[in-house]
Amino acid sequence: MKLEEFQAKKLFREYGIPVPDGIMVTTAEEARSAAEKIECPVVVKAQVQAGGRGKAGGVKLVKTPAEAYMAADSILGMDIKSFRVERLLVDPAVSIAGEYYVGITIDRRKKLPVMMASASGGVDIEKVAAETPEKIFFQEINPERGLRSFEAKQLAFQLFTDKRKALATASVMMKLWDCFHGIDASLVEINPLAKLEDGSIIALDAKIVLDDNAMFKHPVMEEMRLPTPSEQKELDARSHGLSYVQLDGDIGCMVNGAGLAMATMDVIKHLGGTPANFLDIGGSSSPEKVIHAMELLVSDSNVKAVFINVFGGITRCDDVASGLVAALREIQTDIPLVVRMTGTNEEEGIRILSDFGITALKDMTEGAREAIRLAGEGGCS
Amino acid sequence: MSILIDKNTRVMVQGLGRDGSFHAEQMKEYGTNIVAGVHPGKGGSSIHGFPVFNTAEDAARETDPECSVIFVPAPFAADAILAGANAGVKLVVAVTEGIPVLDMSKIVIELNELGTCLAGPNCPGLISPDKSKVGIMPGGIFKRGSVGVISRSGTLTYEVVNQLSLAGYGQSTAIGMGGDPVVGMKYNDYLELFEEDRETELVVIVGEIGGTDEQDAASFVKDRISKPVVGYVVGRSAPPGKRMGHAGAIISGADSTVEAKVAFLREKDIPVADTVEQIIDLVGDRLGGRN
Repeated sequence: MKLEEFQAKKLFREYGIPVPDGIMVTTAEEARSAAEKIECPVVVKAQVQAGGRGKAGGVKLVKTPAEAYMAADSILGMDIKSFRVERLLVDPAVSIAGEYYVGITIDRRKKLPVMMASASGGVDIEKVAAETPEKIFFQEINPERGLRSFEAKQLAFQLFTDKRKALATASVMMKLWDCFHGIDASLVEINPLAKLEDGSIIALDAKIVLDDNAMFKHPVMEEMRLPTPSEQKELDARSHGLSYVQLDGDIGCMVNGAGLAMATMDVIKHLGGTPANFLDIGGSSSPEKVIHAMELLVSDSNVKAVFINVFGGITRCDDVASGLVAALREIQTDIPLVVRMTGTNEEEGIRILSDFGITALKDMTEGAREAIRLAGEGGCS
Repeated sequence: MSILIDKNTRVMVQGLGRDGSFHAEQMKEYGTNIVAGVHPGKGGSSIHGFPVFNTAEDAARETDPECSVIFVPAPFAADAILAGANAGVKLVVAVTEGIPVLDMSKIVIELNELGTCLAGPNCPGLISPDKSKVGIMPGGIFKRGSVGVISRSGTLTYEVVNQLSLAGYGQSTAIGMGGDPVVGMKYNDYLELFEEDRETELVVIVGEIGGTDEQDAASFVKDRISKPVVGYVVGRSAPPGKRMGHAGAIISGADSTVEAKVAFLREKDIPVADTVEQIIDLVGDRLGGRN
């Protein structure tokens, strides 16, 4: 789960990381009064879960409350990388003397959290990593012991020779680890961590991605979720035990298992079709789940054919077949359906479907080809 | 031969709720040598013909298991893995899905210190056909033979294995290494074991978007593995930043796309299939006739 900047800054503040005293607003009028309260100049920043806001025109420096109103008015409703801007953060403007980068993520190869720091902050850090990797410094963190003071200092002195700034930065690094660990994040990032003209160190931007697996430990974080409409659909799906991601093709896919779901989408693409979605119905397959899955698929108006691909393991083919028959009795749809079914209890599953007038195929490629053919026919009529 | 498990491997099942109990029975039917179950509060009883203990330590003292399989729910699973490892088993197979990544990161350090191997979490387990199954795979599709299979997925492993079996290519051992960002053993660890295993003639690695495990495996194969290896990577349609079911399956950078992985594997002289059917062709080219 990704947080927006204002949420991440709130958490940073709780962990003692210095951040500007900004105000989150949702209207231009609120932006004006925020600017009055904070004292101009201020920065008006679009709150979206995507990078590149500045380039997209979603960040504006303004000198008066009236300008803040105008800026907010132009940014609200803007589309940034397909995220619609609904919230703004009004932050006091500061005099920046230098921009740095500090972040923590899990290094899959080392299976450990790693802190990254660079004096080349304020820009796309992946670009820095690709072009000038020597400018990024790393510190592995033993998650049981946590980041230790000497490790933070080792990193901080790579960024600053001045003792006061290095120690202030080391302190931010220690607090950033406390935050990462305390909220079970998969990523925390300060870019830029700014050195101001008065010599102080402050986090001017904040990025946090939480580990969805750890949400059970932090129920209060769930309330921070601000889903976009497409994410709302994914969340609703998840509440029914379905893993769903909408794409822009015309063949709806329903598959058990994430890997097989991706393979199914790939084979559709390989044969010249376009998948409308990723949908993993998971291990168990109650009829309710299959009904919800079918509802999801037919609610996408782009879908011209549905391909159901089930390899029975824990999932039993007869369970899926029963669910599907129940779903089709409940949902009236003209969208053509192709079912591929094999594995545990396949004979029973195929019999249930054929009693209902559906012929199940046993081969995935054959099923994908048939779904593409049917989707094409739908397009011509 | 096979790797990690064979018909004598003494297996303990941790977590005998609905899923654990069901799969314990399935494993036993397959021929797995289950010696004990662990479920707090059920100690002293027996299920499917094996004794149940309250703790892993009690089970280990009485039955001396070598391997443990975890069906414990996610909030308690990391602790259960440690309990199994500290009780002395040499291999823990964690089927449980949804364990916090940072918790896994914490326990892999201790597992290394204990010298315990971990498969998973969020994995279907492993199977040495006709000998032993530790996990949740449908036993019927597997066939004994000389192909090693290492996959990050569950049902996709079944798809691949099914087609291998139908084409006459049985498996020495098939492994689902797990779909999470932090897992215990990875391709390289299994490849090393397959290289040593006399029954294994070829290894199929099934990968997906996210991370760079496939690239690590490709470099390892080039340097250290003499047996032929065939690759297959899924997730071409996945949009950047989206989690595709598996917590590990997120396109997080240029290196973690299917295209980058396939290019890297080919650069290291590993043939890569675009579809499951092509895997069979590539395996056939390398093993010659059906085995």
